[in-house]
Amino acid sequence: MEITRYIFAFLIFPGFLFTVIVGLFSTWVDRKVTARVQWRVGPPLMQPLYDFVKLLGKETLIPAGGSRAVFLSAPIVGLVAVILVSTILWLANLWGTAFVGDLIVVVYLLVIPSLAIMIGGLASGNPLATTGASREMKLILAYELPFLICMATVILKSGMSIKLVEIAKTPIIGSISGVLVALIALLCIQAKLGFVPFDVAEAETEIMSGPYIEYSGVPLAVFKLTQATMLFTLPIFLITAFLGGLNFSGWGILWTVLKYLAILVLIVVIKNTNPRVRIDQAVKFFWYYLAPVAAAAFVLAVFGQIYAISWL
Amino acid sequence: MQKSVISIGPYHPLQEEPELFMLTVEGETVVDIEVSIGYNHRGIEKLSERCNFDQSTFVIERICGICSTSHPFAYTRAVEDIIPVEVPERARYIRTIIAEGERIHSHLLWYGLAGHFLGYNTVYMWMWKLREEILDVMEILSGNRNNYAMFKPGGVRRDINSDDIPLALKKIDAIIPTLDRLKKAILDDPVLHARLKGIGILTKEEAVDYCALGPTSRASGVARDVRKDAPYGAYDRVDWDMIVTESCDVWGKAVVRLLEMYESIKIVKTCLQNLPGGEIDLNIKSIPPGEGIGAHEAPRGETFHYVRSDGTNRPARHKVRASTFMNLPTLKATVPGSSISDATIILAAIDPCYCCTERMAVRSREGKKLYGGQELIRLSQEKTKKIKREMGIK
Repeated sequence: MEITRYIFAFLIFPGFLFTVIVGLFSTWVDRKVTARVQWRVGPPLMQPLYDFVKLLGKETLIPAGGSRAVFLSAPIVGLVAVILVSTILWLANLWGTAFVGDLIVVVYLLVIPSLAIMIGGLASGNPLATTGASREMKLILAYELPFLICMATVILKSGMSIKLVEIAKTPIIGSISGVLVALIALLCIQAKLGFVPFDVAEAETEIMSGPYIEYSGVPLAVFKLTQATMLFTLPIFLITAFLGGLNFSGWGILWTVLKYLAILVLIVVIKNTNPRVRIDQAVKFFWYYLAPVAAAAFVLAVFGQIYAISWL
Repeated sequence: MQKSVISIGPYHPLQEEPELFMLTVEGETVVDIEVSIGYNHRGIEKLSERCNFDQSTFVIERICGICSTSHPFAYTRAVEDIIPVEVPERARYIRTIIAEGERIHSHLLWYGLAGHFLGYNTVYMWMWKLREEILDVMEILSGNRNNYAMFKPGGVRRDINSDDIPLALKKIDAIIPTLDRLKKAILDDPVLHARLKGIGILTKEEAVDYCALGPTSRASGVARDVRKDAPYGAYDRVDWDMIVTESCDVWGKAVVRLLEMYESIKIVKTCLQNLPGGEIDLNIKSIPPGEGIGAHEAPRGETFHYVRSDGTNRPARHKVRASTFMNLPTLKATVPGSSISDATIILAAIDPCYCCTERMAVRSREGKKLYGGQELIRLSQEKTKKIKREMGIK
């Protein structure tokens, strides 16, 4: 029975079906807010679904010079990783189902969609896709360093716990170091999502969507779905790690939805008020600016822990 | 390091028109660029030679949708140069108003596109929204949002109604606060500074050597503007400044365009307020045989037309040289050495307008060799001889 429960959790709720539906809704919020910022009207609520279904009906082309199996499996790998993250996060938040070290598993799983994009791009054998994949690789190297320092701070602040259930109970944002790491993690999330200003790997007007250039039809739809689910999962991860987790009792529902929408809108506004940076500028930004600040926040958190000052 | 070739074009999200840039890259660094034009040649010069002098104005207005006044302006000046005549004072002012209105909307359009190329789609949408206001002004003044059809040899076709002037002035004044806000948003954006400053350097010497025109040259410190160098229209009758910066990079080009919009607004307003009375057209009946040249400072630089008349009602030869034709070769100096990300915005920084620039280009079957004029004549003669031989004609 335990196994049936987990399969249900992975496929229906809070896994695949739930994540995809809310993910598509998140992309609608993204598109609507973007449109309002840009003086446009924006699409109707069902538009992301229509787009997805339409893509499913399109012809799937496989480049002759590419590796067929890798090319087609890369989107699936990315999607499965995100769904897994979503399932773990929601199980931990809703029913307290957790295992020791699930935070670390989540951090690892979150890299996989980026890797899938890279692998898919490289398998297509297109020079533009190769350029995009190499940019994606540099970007991963750039944002993972500050992101991991942030996670270290989170673990420290929540009493050396690497269990999501316990981390979700401590709202880390209530201190100086907590605010700093939350902001830095938000920027890392921006890069993970491949949003402007860190959409260097896709860069439509430079390298024509980079790794995605050869994708069409169903594999492209799966990649789009991966992006949509990430847009849902990553803010939930931020809430779990920094903002005291999800709460569904009484007024907690409203509070949870507000937290989620606030983070989502913040991400979208950052996306719409910045031009794309160059890849070298992105790497410099993460390594020379964000990583030292994150390290300083970590040191602050250590002092706060030693001298028992809660606001540090 | 291994070199690979990345092609921007002929169909690419960066360019609205078919154009091919072959970038030879080492990793992310561009080491060489090859520009190929000739994907959309429409034979407008030949079409113009089949129309009479008045009809030609409409044909060449459709060379380009954005500089749709620059070409008729240069053409009518060329025709008037054949006779030669001076157009009436009121027509001069009206021509200047239309030409400057076009400059404002063209520069706004470039800003929008530059934002889009940098992934800054908000700027793109905002600039094009603002451009709508200018197009409204143009509609009030000329009856059309684009392709104004105001020009004819000897004057203008349509008078500006004095009742419309207050409304147009009000609309133009309403643009200025929005433009100020966008100016602040652009000039103060640190990420834009990081992206645009110090890339695509075109030194003053290179700008002179490559005969760069318009904002491309003025951003490199070369004070070159037909409106000041050889005034025509009402440009010597109103007070305005030529914008020149010394920064030589893409940022400089952006600043030149931004400040030029203010100068254009100043010119349009002064002209509308001081519009003299009188005739608007000379009613030219015939064009004598002869040659004439006409130049106009289009938003992208000097547009130059040559017209030869043989005494009939049609131009015997009509030659168009658009500004982008002179600005494209500067890419050879600016793009190599930059990264792919920068290369795209450097390509866009000259505000390329390919439909103006298109030339017929003939390549050999392998695509390696580009034929010149003499070789084409030789090829054509050989082909004719071959056909004659096959058909048995001596």
